[in-house]
Amino acid sequence: METKETVQVNSESVFNVTDLSVSYGDFVAIKNVNMDITKNKITAFIGPSGCGKSTLIRSFNRMNDLILGAKVNGTITYQGVDLYDKMVDPVQVRRRIGMVFQKPNPFPKTIKENITFGLKVNNMTDNMDDRVEKALTQAALWDEVKDDLDKNALELSGGQQQRLCIARTIAVEPDTILMDEPCSALDPVATKKIEDLMQELVKEFSILIVTHNMQQASRSSDYCAFFTTKTSDDGKRRTGELVEFNETSVMFTTPDKELTEQYISGRFG
Amino acid sequence: MENVNDLRDQLTKTITRPIEKIVKFFITASAFAAILISISIIFTLLTEAINFFQDPAVTFKGYFTATRWTPTFQNPEYGVIVLISSTLYIAVIACLISFPLGLFSAIYLSEFATKRTRKVIKPVLEVLAGVPTVVFGYFALNWITPNIIQRFIPGTGVFNALSAGIAVGIMIIPTVASISDDALNAVPNSLRNGSLALGATRRITSLKIMFPAALSGIIASFILGFSRAIGETMIVTIAGGQYPELNLDPRSAMYTITSSIVNVSLGDTPHGTTAYNALFALGITLFIMTFILNIGSDYIARKYRKEYE
Amino acid sequence: MPESIEKNMSNETLITGKKAENAIKESLFLFTLYICVTIAILTLMTLIYDVLSTGTTRLTSDYEVGLITKIQIDNPIDFLTTLDSRYPDRAGIGPAFAGTVWLMIIVVSVTFPFGTGAAIYLQEFAPKNKITRFIELNLTNLAGVPSVIYGLLGLAVFVRLAGFGRSVLSGGLTLTLLILPVVIVASREALKAVPDTIRQGALALGATKFQAVFRQVVPSAIPGMVTGMVLGLSRAIGETAPLIFMGALTYVNYFPDTPLSGFTAIPIQVYNWIGYPQAEWKETASAGIILLLGLLLIMNSLAIFIRNRYEKDL
Repeated sequence: METKETVQVNSESVFNVTDLSVSYGDFVAIKNVNMDITKNKITAFIGPSGCGKSTLIRSFNRMNDLILGAKVNGTITYQGVDLYDKMVDPVQVRRRIGMVFQKPNPFPKTIKENITFGLKVNNMTDNMDDRVEKALTQAALWDEVKDDLDKNALELSGGQQQRLCIARTIAVEPDTILMDEPCSALDPVATKKIEDLMQELVKEFSILIVTHNMQQASRSSDYCAFFTTKTSDDGKRRTGELVEFNETSVMFTTPDKELTEQYISGRFG
Repeated sequence: MENVNDLRDQLTKTITRPIEKIVKFFITASAFAAILISISIIFTLLTEAINFFQDPAVTFKGYFTATRWTPTFQNPEYGVIVLISSTLYIAVIACLISFPLGLFSAIYLSEFATKRTRKVIKPVLEVLAGVPTVVFGYFALNWITPNIIQRFIPGTGVFNALSAGIAVGIMIIPTVASISDDALNAVPNSLRNGSLALGATRRITSLKIMFPAALSGIIASFILGFSRAIGETMIVTIAGGQYPELNLDPRSAMYTITSSIVNVSLGDTPHGTTAYNALFALGITLFIMTFILNIGSDYIARKYRKEYE
Repeated sequence: MPESIEKNMSNETLITGKKAENAIKESLFLFTLYICVTIAILTLMTLIYDVLSTGTTRLTSDYEVGLITKIQIDNPIDFLTTLDSRYPDRAGIGPAFAGTVWLMIIVVSVTFPFGTGAAIYLQEFAPKNKITRFIELNLTNLAGVPSVIYGLLGLAVFVRLAGFGRSVLSGGLTLTLLILPVVIVASREALKAVPDTIRQGALALGATKFQAVFRQVVPSAIPGMVTGMVLGLSRAIGETAPLIFMGALTYVNYFPDTPLSGFTAIPIQVYNWIGYPQAEWKETASAGIILLLGLLLIMNSLAIFIRNRYEKDL
């Protein structure tokens, strides 16, 4: 692929994915993925539901380890280190590669405790108040909550909760943030805030985002990967596959594959 | 950029804290205690029961064929059949009370009651389930016997199988009702709606659709209720009396396994005597009976749950 | 079934609204259901009314016992603090009340760590294999073992083998074994109710499994676990049969002062009083039952209170 080469030439990559497939028991969720994820850029995963994009993003910080029977084949290297090396501790991986989930999931505790939890488990207990303020400021939430840091996080609005989850993720100073449909539970105004926030955060972090919203992908990502499902010949199994991986501007104007064009123009999916 | 080797070192550094190991060991041991308790129940009951059968006055044959249970008499007899038949007799009376009342209450709760009525009746049943059995015993002896039994069936003694059985039955209504209610609620709503949509009345839907669909769960609740009736101790001890011979008259006193365990332990029964060992022989007899019933109930309930998963 | 449905759907029924036969059947059926529920509730009411009406006389009214009317116990506080007596109007429940308090302290301090510990292991850490399945099967069975058998176990293990004798410690430990399965099951339910997103959120921040469980999941489940504990306790408080083997039924008319003291407990004392033939003892027994039911009511209300508060939080 020509574009793939330009990616590698132009910038440094944070992840290199080679022949990756993920399966749960007999069911292969996604297979044969090859891609390089560029540092300090936003890479979006798009595609119809069931195409394995959420499964894929969860293999970047080994969250799939938690699912019984999940198996990852192929390799993902993170800055040159094989993430699935036997010696690698998933706990250390997750410290450096943070994750924001589909539904805001603040802990049922105070706003402050939501941030300090990550700091404590990572032994970053010096200057905690400063770290809390910094993280909340970076997540564009400080001005809204600075007076009630001891309020229960569940009292915040959905959008605020999601920004709190982003704040607690960046508080532990990762270098990559994975976002699994972070705006799907939010209203347009809250979504806009998160998208703006992503543009700020990408200066410091590499961001991978799964989204089912094509406008969101086209508005806010630098690179875009399009996945689809392929049904096996007997019609029983559906497996996700990577169709096209390209710079977002290219993909949304002159896609290589016809399937991509059909999806983007809304003719299927 | 970070050196790849430094990064690899960091990612492979697993932190282990001794306190985590200690706590994990403790909670694992706590869970395994369940097995330990089961083993010690079986072990203690068995060893003392074996001692019991080694006494020359006791024969295995006599245990199952003699028709009197008089371990503390001059010429002791150990006819467990007396106790088993009384136990089953009272349990059956209890089931005659609790099965229909429990099941119909469950049907009412799951098929007819509004949310508000449910909210009132469920806690009442929970309270009923929480009343200590000694209180039911008092109720059987001081209320059911004089006000119901002796009024309608003259000539009944103060201690009688009927009032003990009725009180045990009342005690297990909540067990039967709540498990049957769960079973009825587990039937997919589509089945109920399908039947109603065909024009079936609610009575027909309850009896001919919901009841058969939840049958295995209901049977499980019956078996469990029966098992609890067999193991119930205080009610039968207080209200059932101690008649040590084979008899099937509901108006007379009877002698269940549990109440004879209590009575033998009340007497002067030093460790090592045959009467003391008899406690454990009765214990294992009771344990086996309830164990089989509980396993059966659990098996049926589990099988049933799978049907709708 | 098809027949009855057909009948029910026939045109005549629809047009004329004549559903006489069916309507009668329907109302009869509903009536039967009502009767059944009413009997269950009425029994409880009768029981409570009978106990209250008999017991309160004992606690409030004046007695005429020869010339020494002054010595009788006629109010709840004295009843709670006074020793048992040979005379029904002077008998208090003091030693039994103290015995029950001792038992509860022992039961809570042993059951809570072991019960919640086992639940945390089984719900959060246990691998899904045959051993785990076997432990669960054991728990199900233990929950169904008659309490009198736990008494025999306590007699053999705590009274004899461990040498604790017929003491309040043996009694407390026996009751612990009895309610452990109940508490474990309830604590597991409380852990199960904590949403998985909490676990994932903690792990995604670089917490170890241990940290995620003990710093996020368990604290969220504590109210549910406490509720389960209180419900387990309310079962232990009314248990009579197992304690008989701990010597609780012999005449104990003193306050236990060490864990190895002999003891009696409220339900045992009540059982004792029920056994006396004179009518006055019936009133004394009722007074004891009122105390027992009162304690249970307080504990259940506490459990419901915790549950409701907690539900609002999540």
